[in-house]
Amino acid sequence: MSQRNRLATGGRIDRTRPLRFTFNGVSFQGYAGDTLASALIANGVDVLNRSFKYARPRGVVTAGADEPNAIVQLGATEAGQVPNVRATQQALYDGLVAKSTNGWPNVDRDLMGVIGSLGGKFMPPGFYYKTFMSPASAWPKYEQYIRKAAGLGRSPRETDPDIYDHMHHHCDVMVVGAGPSGLAAALAAARSGARVILCDEQEEMGGSLLDSRELIDGKPAAEWAAAVVAELSALPDVLLLPRTTANGYHDHNFVTLHERRTEHLADLAPLANGRRQSRARMHKVRAGRVVLATGTHERPLVYARNDVPGNLVAGAVSTYIRRYGVVPGQRLVLSTSNDHAYRAALDWHDAGREVVAIVDARDKPDGDLVAAARSRNIRIITGSAVIEAQGKKRVTAAVVAAIDIAGFRVKGSTQELACDTIASSGGYSPVVHLAAHTGRRPVWRDDLLGFVSGGVPGQIPAGGVNGRWSLRDAIADGFECGVRAAAETGLTAGTFTLPTVAPVREGKPVALYQVPHTKAAMRAPKQFVDQQNDVTAAGIELATREGFEAIEHVKRYTGLGFGTDQGKLGNINGMAIAARVTQQSIPDVGTTVFRPNYTPITFGAIAGRHCNEFFDPRRYTALHGWHVERGAAFEVVGQWMRPWYFPRGNESMHDAVQRESRAVREGVGILDASTLGKIEIQGKDAREFLNRLYTNAWTKLEPGKCRYGLMCKDDGMVMDDGVTACLAENHFHMTTTTGGAAGVLDWMEMWHQTEWPELEVYFNSTTDHWAAMTVTGPNARKLLTELVDIDMSAEAFGYMDWREAKVAGVPARIFRISFTGELSYEINVQANYAMHVWKALFEKGAKYDLTPYGTETMHVLRAEKGFIIIGQETDGSVTPEDLGMQWCVGYKKPYSWIGRRALTRPDTKRSDRKQLVGLKPLDPQVVLQEGAQIVLDKEIKVPMPMVGHVTSSYFSPNLGHGFALALVKGGSQRIGQTVYLPMADGKIHAAEVVSPVFYDSEGARHHV
Amino acid sequence: MLHIYCPHCDEYREEEEFRPKGEAHIARPADPENTSDEDWGNYLFFRKNPRGLHHEQWFHSAGCRKFFNVTRDTVSYEILETYKPGQQPTVTAESRQAQASAQASNQGAAK
Repeated sequence: MSQRNRLATGGRIDRTRPLRFTFNGVSFQGYAGDTLASALIANGVDVLNRSFKYARPRGVVTAGADEPNAIVQLGATEAGQVPNVRATQQALYDGLVAKSTNGWPNVDRDLMGVIGSLGGKFMPPGFYYKTFMSPASAWPKYEQYIRKAAGLGRSPRETDPDIYDHMHHHCDVMVVGAGPSGLAAALAAARSGARVILCDEQEEMGGSLLDSRELIDGKPAAEWAAAVVAELSALPDVLLLPRTTANGYHDHNFVTLHERRTEHLADLAPLANGRRQSRARMHKVRAGRVVLATGTHERPLVYARNDVPGNLVAGAVSTYIRRYGVVPGQRLVLSTSNDHAYRAALDWHDAGREVVAIVDARDKPDGDLVAAARSRNIRIITGSAVIEAQGKKRVTAAVVAAIDIAGFRVKGSTQELACDTIASSGGYSPVVHLAAHTGRRPVWRDDLLGFVSGGVPGQIPAGGVNGRWSLRDAIADGFECGVRAAAETGLTAGTFTLPTVAPVREGKPVALYQVPHTKAAMRAPKQFVDQQNDVTAAGIELATREGFEAIEHVKRYTGLGFGTDQGKLGNINGMAIAARVTQQSIPDVGTTVFRPNYTPITFGAIAGRHCNEFFDPRRYTALHGWHVERGAAFEVVGQWMRPWYFPRGNESMHDAVQRESRAVREGVGILDASTLGKIEIQGKDAREFLNRLYTNAWTKLEPGKCRYGLMCKDDGMVMDDGVTACLAENHFHMTTTTGGAAGVLDWMEMWHQTEWPELEVYFNSTTDHWAAMTVTGPNARKLLTELVDIDMSAEAFGYMDWREAKVAGVPARIFRISFTGELSYEINVQANYAMHVWKALFEKGAKYDLTPYGTETMHVLRAEKGFIIIGQETDGSVTPEDLGMQWCVGYKKPYSWIGRRALTRPDTKRSDRKQLVGLKPLDPQVVLQEGAQIVLDKEIKVPMPMVGHVTSSYFSPNLGHGFALALVKGGSQRIGQTVYLPMADGKIHAAEVVSPVFYDSEGARHHV
Repeated sequence: MLHIYCPHCDEYREEEEFRPKGEAHIARPADPENTSDEDWGNYLFFRKNPRGLHHEQWFHSAGCRKFFNVTRDTVSYEILETYKPGQQPTVTAESRQAQASAQASNQGAAK
């Protein structure tokens, strides 16, 4: 197919570089510099999509980010699929493959369209909710079909091979938008010595200068843009980011930019030096000042059947002609409420095509552009508007009538003008999204007929977004704002002279949004407000009639502005209609909230490199390599990779854990305990601090001794536990749970800094400095004796003692503490000596069958002893007494330590609190499910009061049966009773409530 | 993303370096054992949730690891001041109101 709408000359495309592309399976040709939309228009493709709800044929409406219809699925490969791309913003490249997002079996012959046109009248807002409300059980089935009909693109089914970056910047002045005011502001700020970042969402910087009819310093406006860009790019402190959308404006001048680096080149990012380039970048900018130069979006008029392909906003017509050298049709009718839109007719006429008429809603238009149209003998019909478009897949005529705007009615008869394109303009809406992202509401200005920024600290709106719309004003305002921005960051203004731009006299626009029809809106053919979501003027009327008067309600009821375009084109028109129907002013109706992101952004850019192994930091112990070599299975505990169990051969997890558990009880096992949190505490008040922090007493702990401690929050609930050793009178070594280490250090620092600053005490995390190895089992002493230089006898080195020693020639601290209930030593060495010591232990330990065990065996062994694990037996609602750990609570300590007072509150004193017990299933083979609910009655009846839940449950090879720990209401009074655990599969397990200590309750095994 | 001035570091730093720690100026009762259950409950569980000025405690956890206080507007997220533990805020809801009414009366006088 030829490019029948392409002009022979003109535009900023390169006709020497033809590009092939495919749309809906048909091959086309465009040129370098085209967007997908301009290339499709050049090729005469009218129907790009089917609409969301009514499946009506739709074509291109705009030339930018505000496009509601030309939304395509991009991707030559499965991995390269990108949904919801605006064809108006997608640069053409050779080999581009695009498809319509909607349309089944295809956009030209769409079956849903039949339903849409038949059912259109019967599909008012709320149709789906009202129709498919009952039965509720059938909704999933309905939804399946509704989704198929709606179809909003799809994600790739293969992994994205591309990579994405994040970058962080600090600058003095961030300028958003490189149109006339943005370029001027960037130049003024840069010449004042500011560090400047200038971003623009388009392929080429220049914005409206690229299709302007006006001259700057006597030369085409685009030449001035090029000169400014050249000057800026030569400056070292200026960063120019084309193809970069400022997508979010966050608190305190934090702006997120989405830079598309390769999406104008190919389906997937091309290779550079054999490596894949980053496809997109997310720039996170903290700016001294942000100059918003985001310009305006032109509002189309809302008239009947304004969605038929061939209806465009006026400015887009100019952009296609002047920038891309394509005319979107043969015969144009322009319907406008203002002078500025006359450019479309002038450009159309100058391109050698027929302007059938300009239909101006004003009675006496008289600006310079109007005069220019008159001098070309273009017919101008005043006091009138296009009230309806004719045609199905392309406009065939415009129905024009004189209108009474104030009375919202058509005056007199209508006339049909044959044409294939209708351009419309209802005025210009400042693009205030970034001024509203932090919650500030925009403010209506009657003189502009639009919302402007409500004022955001540190943000300076310039040019179009500031209501300075003429080119001359926009440039002047840009310079002024650039200087102001630099000055506000403490710089002095640089020198410059304003370029000369001839003034253009424009007449006053008239406020026109929805155009009256000969029939009432509810009976007239559909007048679309939000084309992406198929929201009509009648739908908004209906919503207000049904009581949804607040704009946020109208929005939710009709779907106005909920598309991927966030209603850039339709929102103001929708508000105007709601205002008219409810007889309020537009500012009284209020605006909806704009939220990031301004345009859709790929998840890749949001994720950056934070995926796969970089999603969450991983921490490895000094012994990790050995564990990997030994074939350990790992589990992640608070970012640490911990060996879970060490399977031998094809051993299952169950078998491995049973073997490891037996080995510890019968011989000797070893655990890598390096991940335990470790905190050094020093200072003359260290002991006092421990007394206040822990529930138990620390006054008498001597150097060389260790003690187990419980920590509560001030509400009396257990938050952490661990063993702390007294190294010297004013020096302690604390251990915390693996996952709690950072939080405990925060906690200690908070109490010290904010509550007890008078205490002289210092904390330092030493978790990573020490590697810890737990050697445990009846043979532990025998093994260690072979490697240490101290007396290991029970008399010389008792339970809960610690000693300094050399282990395998390496300085070490050995703690005789036990989490297994066996004779147990925890050896701490400097982390970089750990592997040497570990290997030495295995060398000497071979004859004892020294068995490495993982966290699962550790859990089984400690549970057999009834030892708690924080976060498993506790959940922030469990007191020391609930755990039966009164022995660890020092009620007689003089200072009211953290948690003490709360333990005497009536609620913490209740006898029916959930308390820790053991559960012994009556069937010894049963292993209860962790989390299973406990009831007292085995007969199923509703309601069935639940009295507790299982916190830990394992099969013990040492006991020969399954066993569990559980929190049960009034549990300590229920020892000996039978409780029941109904399961999801209908089984009901019975278990006897027993003491939580299942193994060696006298502690004989570690007191040896 | 807030931009927070750490009064210990004397520098603006990104919010990512900090952790919020809730309402500031909550003093632990000096004599807990002689504090009523109700007062202890208030100390433990009851917090302000103002629309407007709020004094918050923040922790420079990935920086100097020191605690400090922030006076922040919960509507605009504007931070009006940061100050060290033990110090009192200079901007409060009351001072702001007094300032606003003083301004209003000045304007009235000017007219």
